[in-house]
Amino acid sequence: MAQVETFYYDNAIVRKFTYATMLWSVVGMLVGLIAAFQLIMPDLNLGIPYTTFGRIRPLHTNAAIFAFVGNGIFMGVYYSLQRLLKTRMFSNTLSNIHFWGWQLIIVLAAVTLPLGITSSKEYAELEWPIDIAIALVWVVFGINMFGTIIKRRENHMYVAIWFYIATWITVTVLHIGNNIEIPVSATKSYGIFAGVQDALVQWWYGHNAVAFFLTTPYLGLMYYFLPKAANRPVYSYRLSIIHFWALIFIYIWAGPHHLLYTSLPDWAQSLGSVFSIMLIAPSWGGMLNGLLTLRGAWDRVRQDPVLKFMVVAITAYGMATFEGPMLSIKSVNAISHFTDWTIGHVHIGTLGWNGFLTFGILYWLIPRLFNTNLYSLKLANAHFWIGTLGIAFYAIPLYWAGWAQSLMWKEFTPDGFLKYGNFLETVTQIMPMYYIRALGGTLFFAGTLVMIYNLIKTIKQGAFIGDEAAEAPAQVATADVHKENIGTAGLSAVRCKC
Amino acid sequence: MQMLILSAIAILIGGIIEITPMVMIESNIPKIASVKPYTPLELHGRDLYIREGCVGCHSQMVRPFRSETERYGEYSKSGEYIYDRPFLWGSKRTGPDLHREGGKYPDSWHYNHMVDPQSMSPGSIMPPYPWMLRDEMDLGTLPRKIKVLRSLGTPYPAGFEDRAVADLKEQAAGIAARLRADGIEDEKLEKRDIIALIAYLQRLGTDIKPKAATN
Repeated sequence: MAQVETFYYDNAIVRKFTYATMLWSVVGMLVGLIAAFQLIMPDLNLGIPYTTFGRIRPLHTNAAIFAFVGNGIFMGVYYSLQRLLKTRMFSNTLSNIHFWGWQLIIVLAAVTLPLGITSSKEYAELEWPIDIAIALVWVVFGINMFGTIIKRRENHMYVAIWFYIATWITVTVLHIGNNIEIPVSATKSYGIFAGVQDALVQWWYGHNAVAFFLTTPYLGLMYYFLPKAANRPVYSYRLSIIHFWALIFIYIWAGPHHLLYTSLPDWAQSLGSVFSIMLIAPSWGGMLNGLLTLRGAWDRVRQDPVLKFMVVAITAYGMATFEGPMLSIKSVNAISHFTDWTIGHVHIGTLGWNGFLTFGILYWLIPRLFNTNLYSLKLANAHFWIGTLGIAFYAIPLYWAGWAQSLMWKEFTPDGFLKYGNFLETVTQIMPMYYIRALGGTLFFAGTLVMIYNLIKTIKQGAFIGDEAAEAPAQVATADVHKENIGTAGLSAVRCKC
Repeated sequence: MQMLILSAIAILIGGIIEITPMVMIESNIPKIASVKPYTPLELHGRDLYIREGCVGCHSQMVRPFRSETERYGEYSKSGEYIYDRPFLWGSKRTGPDLHREGGKYPDSWHYNHMVDPQSMSPGSIMPPYPWMLRDEMDLGTLPRKIKVLRSLGTPYPAGFEDRAVADLKEQAAGIAARLRADGIEDEKLEKRDIIALIAYLQRLGTDIKPKAATN
């Protein structure tokens, strides 16, 4: 038995990412709200080029994905990785370079996108100098993470870390693959792929930005924070490992479902469609494993807002990953594609899964970082209900709008003419839905503001501990580590020992 | 470290199997002889289209359904996009598809539509783009754009980058003349960004159309 060592968890870096998550949640959602209102009030850009819908929309998606969820990932990873591995992060300097580098990238994005500096490829709009900065900061994150893994005191690598590792390597591959460009100037470049090939590479990237930025890291966070908050072991460790491998293998094929009935060759469309439908199995494996972890703790779900947020998050994940495969069936896609149905679908994922899981984590984490209790359970419960209503008022009208508009596009008169030959008729028809959607977005945003107030009050009443002392036996030789990891007999017995 | 390698293998397989044949095997994307590279003016217009994020609301992909060919025209072929960097198929139609937009309306329709979309399409939720009419074309990087695109495989003839600006001005003069004939007054009309945008919109999807006289 190795001797017991005392060491310190770095909570200061976790706090930084926590503050950034809070800040960018407000910014990202506010920009989204502006975009939603622009669809019902076209003049809302106030005659300024920088605030038109076409430039605001990518700003919203980038802020929500890479600023809000991105910082949320890093917050959760920096907190859980140290505790799962019983060690401090590999390097304070790298942690800080990672933090400030990422924030700098976000600021650059917030400046360049309104200026119209864009590659126009969804979720990869940023131009080449920022792409290079992202790659560098991502590598810093990787070195820091793998350095921490190497110097760990806990032999067993809990499944959450598997998800973090898969996230890191896949995002690296995707980011580089989709941004191979030849610069024309500092603000303009042309990609090496054109037309159909560009479309395929873009959606190989784009769908897996959803998979490996919005899904796998968040599953890792779920596997850490949900058992922690519920004080229950993970329902099935075996299931978590099976669905991990199935998920990362199958997800990468699914991109072409964004291109059904386009000029992409049929064989690629079929492959994308088939793998997308298969994805329901590993996705629901994760959802069920999360929900079943709460067996025996459901009474606490009624009282604890943290668990409430997490339950709705996992349920939203289940809904979105049921809907995804359905929308990948060609005949369903023929109706849904190009309509608001898609927007409704992604917002179940982002508002529900990413948003609510982040909120749950924030409500759990901040009182612990600041050694205090949550300022107001009442406000947290209010946030929960406002947010849930917000999601419903956001998504349902868009499903309605998407379905209605698509059927209008396809309707013929008995004489064989298009019934709604003027495209605009199909737009004015769904305007009421756009109003309700804006209301839903407003509700969700209001809930977030309530949370920010509650969290700031909590922070103010607490006392922050930057370096949290912990004790653990020193690490044993690595040869034994591998044996232990591979031994399957031990897997089902392993619980979250974190 | 094992985890890293095993995950990498798991995630590389799918991508490699889908992307490699698409890039390597030419028969996947049959070439169409009449599809030609964009002219310098159209290229400038296309980059404005990209800058403004038009792709956020307008697709450029007519799917092979009767309801779409009736509304927009011939369905889109893969060979029509071989010079599109980046592709602009879009994923949302808040406004109509534009892949067969070329030649549908006169140049002046587009001009007025950018001034005030509601004037041409009552009830439209598209914002006005007055700066398109105001700003003069910035052609500083045009020769370099031509060179970069040629290095990537777009068949611009050797030395075309030196003639690109002249070529652009010639095409712009034609559009400006048509706009003036329709009563649009602006001394510097041929220098404005709007001219390039109109050139691009009028080109869209026309490569495989029998040439109807535009306007």
